[in-house]
Amino acid sequence: MKFLKDRIIEWRPQFEKGGKYERFHTVFDGFSTFLFTPDTVTTQGSHIRGGMDLKRTMFFVILAMLPAFIFGMFNVGHQHYLSTGEFTAAGDGILEKFIFGALKVIPIVVVAYGVGLGIEFFIASRKGHSINEGYLVSGLLIPLVMPPDIPLWMVGLASAFAVIFAKEVFGGTGMNVLNVALTARVFLFFAYPTYMSGDMVWIAEKPDTYSGATALANSIQGNPGFCTTDMFLGLIPGSIGETSKLAILIGAAFLIFTGIGSASVMFSVLLGAGIMGLIFNAIALNEFMRLPFWNHYLMGGLMFGAVFMATDPVTAAQTERGKWIYGLLIGMMAVMIRVFNPAYPEGIMLAILFGNVMAPLIDHFVVQSNIKKRLARA
Amino acid sequence: MALTIKLRKGFDIKLKGQADQGKCVAVHAQTVSINPPAFRYSKFKLLVEVGSEVQVGTPLLYDKKHPSIVVSSPVSGEVVAVHRGDRRVLQEVVILADQQQKHIEFGPIKLDSMDVSQLRSAVQQAGLWPLIRRRPFDCIALPDENPFAIFVSGFDSAPLAPSIDFLIEGNEQAFQAGLHLLSRLSQAPVHLGIHATQTRSTALLKAQNVQIYRFEGAHPAGNVGIQMHHIRPVNKGEAAWYVHPSDVVILGRFALNGRCDFRKRIALTGSEIKEPRYVDSILGASIQSITGGEFTDRNDVRIISGNVLTGSKVPPDGHLGFYEHQLTAIPEGNDLEFLGWLLPSYPRPDISRSFLSGWLKNRVYQVNTNTHGEERAFVATGQYEQVLPMEIHPTYLLKSIMYQDIEEMEQLGIYEVSEEDFALCEFVCTSKIPVQKIIREGLDLMYEDSMA
Repeated sequence: MKFLKDRIIEWRPQFEKGGKYERFHTVFDGFSTFLFTPDTVTTQGSHIRGGMDLKRTMFFVILAMLPAFIFGMFNVGHQHYLSTGEFTAAGDGILEKFIFGALKVIPIVVVAYGVGLGIEFFIASRKGHSINEGYLVSGLLIPLVMPPDIPLWMVGLASAFAVIFAKEVFGGTGMNVLNVALTARVFLFFAYPTYMSGDMVWIAEKPDTYSGATALANSIQGNPGFCTTDMFLGLIPGSIGETSKLAILIGAAFLIFTGIGSASVMFSVLLGAGIMGLIFNAIALNEFMRLPFWNHYLMGGLMFGAVFMATDPVTAAQTERGKWIYGLLIGMMAVMIRVFNPAYPEGIMLAILFGNVMAPLIDHFVVQSNIKKRLARA
Repeated sequence: MALTIKLRKGFDIKLKGQADQGKCVAVHAQTVSINPPAFRYSKFKLLVEVGSEVQVGTPLLYDKKHPSIVVSSPVSGEVVAVHRGDRRVLQEVVILADQQQKHIEFGPIKLDSMDVSQLRSAVQQAGLWPLIRRRPFDCIALPDENPFAIFVSGFDSAPLAPSIDFLIEGNEQAFQAGLHLLSRLSQAPVHLGIHATQTRSTALLKAQNVQIYRFEGAHPAGNVGIQMHHIRPVNKGEAAWYVHPSDVVILGRFALNGRCDFRKRIALTGSEIKEPRYVDSILGASIQSITGGEFTDRNDVRIISGNVLTGSKVPPDGHLGFYEHQLTAIPEGNDLEFLGWLLPSYPRPDISRSFLSGWLKNRVYQVNTNTHGEERAFVATGQYEQVLPMEIHPTYLLKSIMYQDIEEMEQLGIYEVSEEDFALCEFVCTSKIPVQKIIREGLDLMYEDSMA
């Protein structure tokens, strides 16, 4: 390490203002601060600082997503072999399934990171900013919310669209209104609906004769079409990272345990979904409404969205009370969209984006009540 | 029984180098200084020059805007240096102390027969007025204003903070006389905050002429601003005064004896002090004399007048600040750390449970001045809210300051805060935002708008 450290100290001046490689300062800074936490000391205010920084925060979110990611790779392979009739038991051909899944998923991850980070590096060096760590999370979230058979050029296009129009035009990480990864998904959903919905896209390279409908699509008839255990473990077709509720719950527990993800948002989204599900159970006008409410937790991306996307600290409500209102709103909207508009089975995506847009307004009212209290006192 | 106010938010940073009450010696300060930058928003003019002979209580400086406010010399001796900074702004007046101290006699102070204005002018003449500060703005109290209350915080919760019980030990009578004097400086009540379980001193527990409030909770529960917020918050157009207990003792000695006596007990703390201890010395004492130069052998040591959260950096040949009663020495952290953000190579305190330290509440840390990361845009991770025990939305207040919306700053509670109350927010901030600097900029703006 000493060798590397000495090189960085030696090379650093050349990348600083007036140095030979000034233009590459951002890139050098990005890599060198990743390897070594810089030697900057406090110059004003508090003389000591806590150990937490944005790199660590983002890395812990990535750690939390790993179970869903790894299971997702397996399940892409599992669903494929299930559709072709080989290795139909979940425990058979695990290696083959992993290899098949990895060959599908890894390229998507590479493209999402490559395109997104490329744009971030380019914009940061043009503006002279440091590279922000936010995309490390978005770059893994994007693959996890894609169908396994998505063409790679679409992943690239969607990543580029999301980074530029959801984030950089607003000023980068911390300034965006909409969740970046969801923006990528919603862009594809409306631009290329045939690749993002229907019965054909959720199982990679499946024979045409095999039904590839998701639990959400089946539920219009009032039955998810999969057993509860499979839905919980994730042995069902769907977006790469969303299927295993178990893996997502492991991630959620990790985020809550480390205090990095907001438990208030997670609970309130799930609570909102449950309330709406119960309301529909009570009204019970059609088959989907009659489906017992807890099925909503096991189908589609509700759980994934609640844990990894609604909790995005930049786009969620920021006040504690606001977080509860925001979460309830998302949960209720998600189930409502699912049931009322089966053409958009993935209600959670639109619900979170709606919540993102509403979050500043929710916070505004929470802050106003604080202001009113203060005025009343004076 | 006094009311107990429980604060659930906050964070105690436990550091190596707590001062040992068993080791307390009196040290003669060879030089002392007055540092005018400690008096915010005041423009002080010199009344002495290099070479002037002064006694304890001789006025050194007067406030251009309020000429009745003077700062007097803490020792008798000779003015040996006047340091000025940019645009000739006064930075420091240094006095070489005599072995035998001569005091100016101001005559007896009759607390019961003198009226408010006579008492105020007696305190002002003696140069003790700057010991009384005000909120909002954290500056010297205005000579003619009527505060709604005077606050004294009887415990300090900052990292390595000295025990207030121990600071006033032996001066119980003067402390009580000081509280009495404060209660006579205006019609306003005096509020004394004590710790619900840790305060032991009878001078605090049984203080007279005051209303006692018991506080429980982690830092910043001992900050006077936090206590004000829970006892009686400052509204627009109001002023609250506050005095540090050590300064109450100085005021009390004046009330009892009619002369100035600026001696105070100082805590020497931090991992780079060889023997963390207390010394009995004087206001503005030189670092060299109170420490005896006894730092550890490290090359890069940061010496802080005050605590690690709010103090100011001083050179080894500098002096303790006017309002300080603590000196902290910690190592600088100017070293690259391999994957420091992921795998810390040494333990560091943090509120985050992603570190082991988030779980070990009683672990004691050796800290340094490394920022542990680079500055980033606000990412509202809810950390500020965990360490600010106030009904204030910190992120919104900070943002309103950044876009300089005075009306919104008022609405969000700028008058109730000071940078020291936000020091922990700065400490825990993931984005390494200079929170204290922003708060002060906001207060500066408000000051210009309302006071200047």
